[in-house]
Amino acid sequence: MSKPDRRIDIEEISGVTVARLLEKKILDEANIEALGQELFALVDKDGRKKIVLDFTLVEYLSSAALGKLITMHKKVTTAKGKLALCSIQKDILDVFKITQLNKVLTLCTNLDEALTKF
Amino acid sequence: MDRSSFLRCSFLSLSDMAMTNPVKLEIMIPSNTADGLGAQEKLVALMEKFEYSMRDVFAMRLSLEEGITNAIRHGNKFADDKSVIIRCDISTEKMRVVVVDEGAGFDPEDVPDPTLEEFIERPCGRGLMLMRAYLNICEYSDGGRCLTMERERNSPLPILED
Repeated sequence: MSKPDRRIDIEEISGVTVARLLEKKILDEANIEALGQELFALVDKDGRKKIVLDFTLVEYLSSAALGKLITMHKKVTTAKGKLALCSIQKDILDVFKITQLNKVLTLCTNLDEALTKF
Repeated sequence: MDRSSFLRCSFLSLSDMAMTNPVKLEIMIPSNTADGLGAQEKLVALMEKFEYSMRDVFAMRLSLEEGITNAIRHGNKFADDKSVIIRCDISTEKMRVVVVDEGAGFDPEDVPDPTLEEFIERPCGRGLMLMRAYLNICEYSDGGRCLTMERERNSPLPILED
């Protein structure tokens, strides 16, 4: 089966863009690059400033994917917007804690909590 | 046992039953990450045959991704004429993987700590830190061209401060 063209699914909830990550494994280089481009376009192209990334489906991610999240965080902050991440599985949450990115990024237990951050 | 059940058992022993005898495997791949991912999938499948826990599989998959990608990207710099060799020894007790590249090597001590305030927002440099957190052994030798990774079954790593 071919891979989906899109790596995120977009929904607008009360003026907040909710981007659900569709890939279970955010590992391989081409995939991560494509995901980065889709995420960055939300800010650079669409001008969105209130963004939640929903990690419900994500089971694995690598340090290269963390790099894209940091760049995304910087882009949103530079645009005077806000970025929150939600519904992160325990193993993935450990990765954020080990790298101490939980101190840089806004991590929320679920989507409801994330929406209160705006 | 009739012939049909014997055949079924033989088939099961090869494909479905848990493995218990140690296995050695060597894979040579070109310097591209798609082949790196293919090698990673083979090793993860082996872990599943040995019935390692989801936690162990998560830890090794993450480490393999980081270690193999580093060898391809930073070691061989994606060169067509260079390969990466991956040697795996797996048993019921532990999994050991050695990744060898043909690059110029590096000193792991030169890699900055990505959790320091001045580096925390840099988008790269977290792979080594993650491998060290998840592996019982994470050692570079041969001037940084050879990485040895080992994780014991049901290792408590990573240890997190809450």
